[in-house]
Amino acid sequence: MGQYFPGDSVIHRMDPRTKILGLVIYIVALFTAKSYASYGLMLLVLALVIRLSTLRLKMLLKGMKPLLLVIIFTAFLNLFFTEGEHVVFQVWKLRLTIEGVRTAGFMLARLVMLIMGSFLMTYTTPPMALTDGMERLLNPLKKIKFPVHEFAMMMSIALRFIPTLVEETDKIMSAQKARGADFETGSLMQRGKALIPVLVPLFISAFRRADELAVAMESRCYHGGQGRTRMNVLVMQRRDKLGLLFCLLVLAATIALAVFGL
Amino acid sequence: MRGGAFPGICLISAAGADSEKRMGIPLEPIITTKNLTHIYSRGTPFEHTAIQGVDFEAYPGEYLCVIGHTGSGKSTFIQHLNGLLKPTEGTVLFEGQDIHGSKAFTHSIRFQVGLVFQYPEYQLFEETVRKDIAFGPRNMKLSPEEIERRVQLAAQWADLDEALLEKSPFDLSGGQKRRVAIAGVMAMQPKVLILDEPTAGLDPDSRAEVMANIERYRRTMNACIIMVSHSMEDAAENADRIFVFHDSRLELRGTPAEVFCHSRELQDMGLAIPKAAQIALRLRDMGMELPEGLYTNEQLKRALLQRKGGAGLA
Repeated sequence: MGQYFPGDSVIHRMDPRTKILGLVIYIVALFTAKSYASYGLMLLVLALVIRLSTLRLKMLLKGMKPLLLVIIFTAFLNLFFTEGEHVVFQVWKLRLTIEGVRTAGFMLARLVMLIMGSFLMTYTTPPMALTDGMERLLNPLKKIKFPVHEFAMMMSIALRFIPTLVEETDKIMSAQKARGADFETGSLMQRGKALIPVLVPLFISAFRRADELAVAMESRCYHGGQGRTRMNVLVMQRRDKLGLLFCLLVLAATIALAVFGL
Repeated sequence: MRGGAFPGICLISAAGADSEKRMGIPLEPIITTKNLTHIYSRGTPFEHTAIQGVDFEAYPGEYLCVIGHTGSGKSTFIQHLNGLLKPTEGTVLFEGQDIHGSKAFTHSIRFQVGLVFQYPEYQLFEETVRKDIAFGPRNMKLSPEEIERRVQLAAQWADLDEALLEKSPFDLSGGQKRRVAIAGVMAMQPKVLILDEPTAGLDPDSRAEVMANIERYRRTMNACIIMVSHSMEDAAENADRIFVFHDSRLELRGTPAEVFCHSRELQDMGLAIPKAAQIALRLRDMGMELPEGLYTNEQLKRALLQRKGGAGLA
């Protein structure tokens, strides 16, 4: 989930911190939204950001596929289990009400926009930049002895090795397929068993890699975050300030809409 | 071959149906590819053409070398030969039949065309060497007796003794692991054995042993060996024919003598040609008249002695 697609749009060039904070603000706004007007506003904002990012809508929708089941399930629950007076029809215990349709619709819109918003961030930000931004944002937590640097380093390493492990899995699977292994047919039990020839070598190589990485870090005198300088220092630009201001304005607008009950 | 691109005098006429001539009798090719093209991640920003318009054929009993740089497309190419990758365009024929004709046929091709990946020892997973070698034959759904027979044969080809078969593959030395992994593919007794850099990272002794194992398999089974390598020296020594990949195309093909007629082009592609060919190239640059296509020390020596004799100095 959340692959990076290289590009050169305003959104791509933004500081990762802006994108993280912007996303948080957007999600808060999404949860304060209660009316058609505020949902419309959220949709407008999302469309604008997608437009600015030059990502294709198709790509964002494609990423949604694995989550389709969750979305449908949530919508289904809301559709039939919302209390309401205007009953459209009732089959056994399932009661469809106007209120249910409304809640389900809102829930669906909220989920889809939330996922799309998160994808927008991961699609336009390299994983390393994201963890960098996260580390900087969490910096104040150092005061309460939270190991921010170590936490960020663990995240970078995990992220860094996802593609490597995926590639490795592919390679091992191909090699076992070349020896006639079959991962596609058979019962669930058989398919689970068929994975052993992949998992054993994968774990062995993961441990080997971890060992090698530890040795490599040690021999470069890695000793944690203290006194460490960065190659790419994050600097907030004018576009970042404008972007954050815009997000805050959107949040203010949704709150205002909720307060006035529009 | 895009022949016109490489002018130059050559001792031997440019490649063609050289293999048929070599054996004296016309043979049916065992594997043929026609206009093979593969494009990764089509329709995304990561789109990448790995191979383009490759026409290739291999005959039983032949020893072929596929040579090229990292990223030249050779690894993608070999994964088409046993049906692991499906061509974006073009076809792969095994004994004249399209290997993607039916799902069952594609699956059965895996046993006819054995593929040993780079660093195959990283795929060992069983508790004992014997079980690991038996993995392929077991997937072929053979009888236990036949599986055992094949494991024994494969162990012989790979020079693994009985005591070793009961050990855990993770307790072996690097060279032994490599030979066990190769034996695991040989145990399926494929008619075509493809190996991707089978000697990479091995010490000279293990290297020689692996090469001997492969040669033993070729002779007993009359199998076609397709070896991927970036060492021209290795290729010159063993291959009946050489295929050179460059920038996702099959640029050169033919017997070693034919291919080394193009020593300069090979160097321009960044491939290291054998020492003798390098020396011949330098001498020709300095104005000495030498025939093209010299690539072994013996040939170079003879050519030089001949020149000396011709000049009346002998």
